[in-house]
Amino acid sequence: MGLFVNITLDGITNGMVFAALALALVLIFRATKILNFAQGAMAMMTTFIGFTLLNRGLGYWWALVAVLAIAFVLGALVERVLIRPLQGKSELNPVIVTIGLLVVLEGLAGAIYGNSSRGFPPAYSQSGLTIGHTKIAFSHFDIFILVAVLVLMVGTLALFRATTLGLRMRASAFSGEISRLLGVRVGRLLTLGWALAGVAGALAGFLVAPTSSFSPYFMDLILVYAFTAAVIGGLESPVGAVAGAVGVGLALSYVSGYIGSDLAPLGGFVILIVVLMLRPQGLFSFGRQRQV
Amino acid sequence: MLEVQELSVSYGAVHALTAVTFAATPGAITAVLGANGAGKTTLLRSISGLVKTQSGSIRFNGQELVGKTVEGIARCGVAHVPEGRGIIEELTVEENLRLATLWCLGRRERERAIEETFALFPRLTGFRRRHASILSGGERQMLVIGRALISRPQLLLLDEPSLGLAPLVTAGLMALLRDHTVGTDMTVVLVEQNARSALSVSQRAVVLNLGEVVVNDAADVVAADSNLRHHYLGF
Amino acid sequence: MRATLRNSTLVRHGLFFLALAVVLLVLTSFVFDPYTNYNVTEVAIYAICTAGLTVLTGINGQVSLGHGALMMIGAYTTSVLLTWHPDLPLILMLLASIATTGVAGAIVGLAGARLRGPYLAGATLALAVALPQVPSHFASVFGGNQGLNVPTPSPPAFLGGDFSPEQWLAWITLAAAVITFFVLANLVRGATGRRFRMVRDNEVAARLSGIDVARTQVLAYIISAACAGLAGSLFAYWVTVTSPSGFSLNLSLSLLTAIVIGGLGSLSGAVIGSFILVYLPVWTGGFASSLNLSSNVANNVPLAIYGIVLIVAILVFPRGIAGGIASIARGAARVIPSSRGPTALPAAPESSQ
Repeated sequence: MGLFVNITLDGITNGMVFAALALALVLIFRATKILNFAQGAMAMMTTFIGFTLLNRGLGYWWALVAVLAIAFVLGALVERVLIRPLQGKSELNPVIVTIGLLVVLEGLAGAIYGNSSRGFPPAYSQSGLTIGHTKIAFSHFDIFILVAVLVLMVGTLALFRATTLGLRMRASAFSGEISRLLGVRVGRLLTLGWALAGVAGALAGFLVAPTSSFSPYFMDLILVYAFTAAVIGGLESPVGAVAGAVGVGLALSYVSGYIGSDLAPLGGFVILIVVLMLRPQGLFSFGRQRQV
Repeated sequence: MLEVQELSVSYGAVHALTAVTFAATPGAITAVLGANGAGKTTLLRSISGLVKTQSGSIRFNGQELVGKTVEGIARCGVAHVPEGRGIIEELTVEENLRLATLWCLGRRERERAIEETFALFPRLTGFRRRHASILSGGERQMLVIGRALISRPQLLLLDEPSLGLAPLVTAGLMALLRDHTVGTDMTVVLVEQNARSALSVSQRAVVLNLGEVVVNDAADVVAADSNLRHHYLGF
Repeated sequence: MRATLRNSTLVRHGLFFLALAVVLLVLTSFVFDPYTNYNVTEVAIYAICTAGLTVLTGINGQVSLGHGALMMIGAYTTSVLLTWHPDLPLILMLLASIATTGVAGAIVGLAGARLRGPYLAGATLALAVALPQVPSHFASVFGGNQGLNVPTPSPPAFLGGDFSPEQWLAWITLAAAVITFFVLANLVRGATGRRFRMVRDNEVAARLSGIDVARTQVLAYIISAACAGLAGSLFAYWVTVTSPSGFSLNLSLSLLTAIVIGGLGSLSGAVIGSFILVYLPVWTGGFASSLNLSSNVANNVPLAIYGIVLIVAILVFPRGIAGGIASIARGAARVIPSSRGPTALPAAPESSQ
């Protein structure tokens, strides 16, 4: 029983990290129909910048704010410089360019910081909480992760549902041409979408760095799980991405805990295939079903 | 006042429009008629900036539109209702309306304009918070017309509004269009396949054939010319 | 009439690939040093795999981010068979790898035929990450993370005592590559290739003209996987150790990037892409080590340069390098007056006017 609880808690925490990155992927996909393979590497890069800032003596919270701001600018820059020129050409070209960016960023980080993994300081204690007399695998830092990602999700939801900026962003994602005919400056909103995705991804990186082996490659596997979550969730639905991410987090946790941690990626693959065989467009895709 | 002069558009080596010249005056509906492939849709799309033009000028109230972005032209008071799928199905009916007001109306005016539009099309009120995808063809047309009028445009471009509508609904739509145009300062360009119903509400008519203007005259003159009707308008 | 035309294509291709084989034989035997032979073998291995991927992605329109995993199935088929029966002839190993990977391709293809675009990309990406975990977990069969050793095939006695195994492997690999390209070139030109392209361009139209879309897609996957299996088998001989780390996600991504920067949809693009895949790190690595940089920088510069080349190549040549060369050639041809009219007009964007 104790094991089950611990594994479940662990799964939820991991799921929340996947959710932040999956949210980033969905923000970009539904606006531009591009899968951003560099999302994890961009988060890795900003986390390394945060690492440098922390080592220079900046406080944790200021470093976090700086990282999110840098991620915002980086996301916008990537859209303007690399993605915008590809508009209307082969749909594989953005795939290659984002893979190229992934490789460049990993090479750059490796050249500056080296390829070996190192420790990253957490905001709060990582030792498990004690409830009654039993110690559970859930720490203050895990609570922080949960709260931080929940704030991100509620913020995103509020932006999209309750503001006119969010209405414009949704409209330009669903139909760029009609939005432009209605006076919406779609180009700026696409840039903003990439910038916000950069922030969501950077938050995931900053949160997960202390619990993973922090190296230029530390986001690779997390990106794959976030992809899995986003695809399960239907790629266009932020709610679906979050639900998919928690599901993937839990499933991977159970596979690692009860079968073997080396089989976790295989477990993720099996879940993805099962979901896609039942619903080839993910669980949360309502909008596009009319297309036969 | 919309003035199109010597406008040419081509897709590769295909000339879609060749030296098209016409004017549309405020307070009147100008019908653009012609067969399939005559260049009617291309003409509207080049006015609203969706199609790159080769040469010529499009001036609206003295302002040159060629070279402006699509959203920039919309912000000059040009509302374009594209053919067919003009609504954003994933948004609610109300959101579709609100979207069109964001650049031009203040917060309070916006809510009032939305209420006015629902008053104009009471049938839409019930679907207010539903996704626009569930609307029928006639309701969709009400929504796009309402959405075009909500921003109080100076120039309204309509592409085949009668397409797929029952004759009675079309007649109602045309009457509504006339009521909102005549006596106001709005300029309307109406592209129609259904020449008969378009001519019944229009004051001017421009007939296109293979990308060139063949007739540019008062609507009742065009409607009375049986030779012309037979050759280009099919009724 | 039609038969003669088809035969003439076949003959033309046959002659071309025969000539190519002779040139390669001469080069690998008399011109190249052992290190060049080693690199050329690697190019040929990737070219076999990327040619298959070109058929799948470029010609049939199905994205695969998981071809590294398929290569792995081929490599492990050969490696496991060799640990059980070390004496079996090499040709059997290659055929067995083609067979197992072809079957795997059929399974992936059956699943993939239901998926489109980004969903297929996501599923194959997960495959590329998941499959390498299998040999790690089932160490008794697959040797775990250390992997399985693969002996280099020894050249037959009649070639003489000083004929090196590396050169022999180069011959085998290049022969396999020439045969693969010959088969694929004819396939792409023929009725099967036409069906593949129709499914890629317009599924509905293909279905209306009587093509079984799902079957065509599965067939493309099987052909593509068979190539990956052959490449994987040769890869096992070339690396001499088959371990999960040889088939990381990077391999899958590299294969896809190779066909796109080479030029999607053309077999020559697959060769150009494979060449870049092998030689860019060789050149940039040499360049980096000549600068006396710290090991961190020297190790990562080739990676960063590869990424920059990918980005710049796509921004400069949106249709890949083969496409870029073709359009430069077309531009040159335009300077010389030609009697032919304009080719390939872009379709007008209006749908109903």
